Amino acid sequence: SSHEHKLNFRKSKEVCLSYIQDALLQKQWKRAAEFLTCYVESLEKDYSREHIGPSEMIWRIGTEILRHHSQSSMKEFNCFMEQMKTLGVKRFLKVCLEHVFHLLCNGQIDEAYQNLSLAESWRFGEQTAIQDKEMKLIEAYRGLLDYYSWSKQKNILLEHSEDGFSDLAVEQEMHSCFRKAAVNLKEIIKIPGVWDVFVKCYVDLLEFYGDHNEARQVLNEYAYNSKFPANPNAHVYLYQFLKRQGESKKSLISALKILHDIVPSHELMIDFNTMLQKSKKRKKRRLGLEVIFAALDYAGWKENAKAWSCLARQLKQIVTSEKHLDWIKQEWNSRKDWWPAFHFSRYLAKRNWEENQSLSYEKALVAGILLGKDCKYFRYVSHQGCKAQLKRFRMLKKFVNRHNPVYLRISG
Amino acid sequence: RDFNERCAQCSEVNWGLTDGGRFYCRSCHNVTERTREVVNTDFITNSRVQTISKGVRKQEKNDGGCEWYICEGFQLVLKKQAEALEALGVCPQMKDEILCNFWRCYLQKSKQAYCKRPAGEIVKALSACESSTDVDSDPERPSLLHLLSVSESEGDLQTDCSFASSVSKVSESTSVYSGSVDGSLYLMKNQKERLRMTMPMTLSFCYMALLWLREPITLSELLRFVVEGHIPYLNVFQHFPEKMKLCGLDLRIFYVESWPAYEEVFNKMHELAAFLDLPRFPDITDSCFLHPDMLCMKYLMEANLPDELHNWTCRVVKKIGIGEADFLTLMPGNKSTRKVKYDVLAAAVIVVVLKLLFLLDDHYEWLLSEFAEERNKNNTEGGPYFEFKKWYEVVKQSLDVEQKKLDEERAKYLWRCEKPLFYSVKNKSKVLKRRQMVVNLQNQFGKLSGSVRRAEKPNPSSFQLSWSEENTDGSCFHGHSLKGVLQEKCGLLTAMNPDYWLCTVKLCNEKLCGHLAHYREVEFPQSYHFVLGLFSFLLRIQPSYIHDEVCMIEHKLFNKKLYKKLKYNTVLRK
Repeated sequence: SSHEHKLNFRKSKEVCLSYIQDALLQKQWKRAAEFLTCYVESLEKDYSREHIGPSEMIWRIGTEILRHHSQSSMKEFNCFMEQMKTLGVKRFLKVCLEHVFHLLCNGQIDEAYQNLSLAESWRFGEQTAIQDKEMKLIEAYRGLLDYYSWSKQKNILLEHSEDGFSDLAVEQEMHSCFRKAAVNLKEIIKIPGVWDVFVKCYVDLLEFYGDHNEARQVLNEYAYNSKFPANPNAHVYLYQFLKRQGESKKSLISALKILHDIVPSHELMIDFNTMLQKSKKRKKRRLGLEVIFAALDYAGWKENAKAWSCLARQLKQIVTSEKHLDWIKQEWNSRKDWWPAFHFSRYLAKRNWEENQSLSYEKALVAGILLGKDCKYFRYVSHQGCKAQLKRFRMLKKFVNRHNPVYLRISG
Repeated sequence: RDFNERCAQCSEVNWGLTDGGRFYCRSCHNVTERTREVVNTDFITNSRVQTISKGVRKQEKNDGGCEWYICEGFQLVLKKQAEALEALGVCPQMKDEILCNFWRCYLQKSKQAYCKRPAGEIVKALSACESSTDVDSDPERPSLLHLLSVSESEGDLQTDCSFASSVSKVSESTSVYSGSVDGSLYLMKNQKERLRMTMPMTLSFCYMALLWLREPITLSELLRFVVEGHIPYLNVFQHFPEKMKLCGLDLRIFYVESWPAYEEVFNKMHELAAFLDLPRFPDITDSCFLHPDMLCMKYLMEANLPDELHNWTCRVVKKIGIGEADFLTLMPGNKSTRKVKYDVLAAAVIVVVLKLLFLLDDHYEWLLSEFAEERNKNNTEGGPYFEFKKWYEVVKQSLDVEQKKLDEERAKYLWRCEKPLFYSVKNKSKVLKRRQMVVNLQNQFGKLSGSVRRAEKPNPSSFQLSWSEENTDGSCFHGHSLKGVLQEKCGLLTAMNPDYWLCTVKLCNEKLCGHLAHYREVEFPQSYHFVLGLFSFLLRIQPSYIHDEVCMIEHKLFNKKLYKKLKYNTVLRK
């Protein structure tokens, strides 16, 4: 390796940075601090043409070191952050936010609140307009902390009312927190983005005060406005709200439809399938089958007995009625090459039987229908089940045997 | 008025005083540098403060600053450097005579003193000469100026100094931001013909003086001492007297943020020697430290190689004539002779000798080493034979450790100095705030660094690697014998190795592409690269420079054979 013999300030600091980087990656905090001490004098140089200047480097590296170093304290951290705030006015609000996050992670809610309030009142010429986004975030987080206070007050109030007290002061405090929180939370969720925690809290507030219309509107916006990034949680929140409101199955189903499209493996797919199966509409039942098959494509569902029982139930119903066997054929077509090895191997048969009989029962039913009575899985499990003299396995065997021709039809 | 000099311009004696306390000639309105307070010899108490009555200079001139010129600043730098060299053991003659004479000559040739000034220049030296009483009372003033004034009076320099008529105007225009009087002027013009002074050039001056005196310091050593902090260079302006305020453009001249490269200082030195019309330098003979025979001995020791190799280096030196005084001695202005880099040359000779004896083709040297190892195992009497492999392992280990240390030191180097610098008064407060923040952060993270705190500046030493024969682990190879690689032929000792490979068959034109050859690591054997790397570390220069010298030596050595060969064959029989 050739060592640079012509050494100047810039190069020397570049090299210094690479030493810091190595030390950070190896979690050698003392060593990182040592080199950072040598690096800080870059602040006195003009780096306006570089993409990331030394002040930002120092902020980020310093934060990392102070977070992990055994001898660093919150006091030191706070002192450091204050200095960083004065370093770059263009980054002021960002630094404030990160400082707040750190305080929150360390349980210093009050300090975090103070910092947020201070930051909110910051004004700096045109920078205030430029850093508008960060300001909105700051307001939103303060709103969040207001929500948190509201929640605490609410709990106190509930306790007191149980004990028979009524506390006007607490109540008023609670309402004031609500107002403060609501204003800021409402603002941030107007901007396209991922605001799960803000949305949840805001909806919680609205529901408490009985403003269900507003809540519904907020959730609809969050889930369906195309300007917002696709967010599965938005649909989950909407669904949960609608359920709480006792909405009709129709609206519940429509709420989950997009979730199925985005995240076919979501845990709510079981609920979704259950609702769809029971529907009178043929299209819905068809969708139900699609949904449950799609969910079981994912490895995380392999041992989910409930999911298998949903599929088993629906398949059984279809086979028994002998109607819509083509549905099964369609779904099975793209899976017949890999599902056998994925779900119905002999090894899995043994394991499922040993670990979870119900699971093996459901799976055996599905295997029997899809792969016929001669498939490894069905044979093993039903044999074991009959040997153990379990009634349902005997029934299972009978059922599959009786309907074996169906298998022949769908496998063709 | 007791000022009775004749005006330099109109030769009248008709003086008045400006608002700033300066004498001006009423006849031709020529303003001098002489101020009223000159008769008051108390320089130290800042009585010689003046404000420039006209122009944009701010009032803060009253804060204790004085007028000073760029060349004065450089003079101070040189003085400090010379003192440091003296502390390192260089003879005092260097500082007191040689360096100052060079400097004086330079000032004269570059028309910064003692000469007919082109329009718009101010002569500082003249006023210093005139105010000789001043000089005695001020110990702060560099001794050189004292010398200047003394020699002035002896009349061996041109005393025909004339003031430009526009002198007063210049002092206004040059007050475009700098603490010195002529800062902006200094940077403005293309000063090629005048060889403008720069910080790296101060080292060229030092080296030139050292060379003249044939002191035992090579250029690479000098530069290494500079980096190690034994010779002031970086932030040397901190030591300027309080009165000499440094700001604005002065910083561009005096504040450097890089270490000077060998080539830069070397080339400038030669330019300077030619510019000053210096005669042939004192001869470098074989008793001088800089002679290849001597330097080879030093480097052989430092590289932990057997002393016996010295015979070989001397043979090579003699054969190609690079030990001759005419080759080694500097003749300024002689463009035809190649400039000699003594340290690089000596290192290259050693590399060539190693190639002669060991071939260094990544095979033969290991083979020889195996034989030596066998012999050493079976035969412990008569001293060990030199084993290339063992040497490689020992040296590589030390080298890696030292290189790692050096790399870390470079990464931790602190460039800024205590004295805060501002380009303009406007950003003074900003600069001070930043400085405060830097200090705070350094304290905060310094505490978190643990016990490690900056080590003391190591004592300057000529040897970076040292090997002791007293070590029983056999890690010192000085006394090892080369018998394993030599054989006797016709009463002469020759190398067993019959082959040699040339680094390059054809040399480049140095003037056109700057190098004699182009070194790329992948094209050469690893052993060769290792050896180059070793000397590259010791001399703190790029391996390619040593490679160039190696090529040059080889071409001299195999001159006849090269001309005989018709084909381009890289392997020759010796």
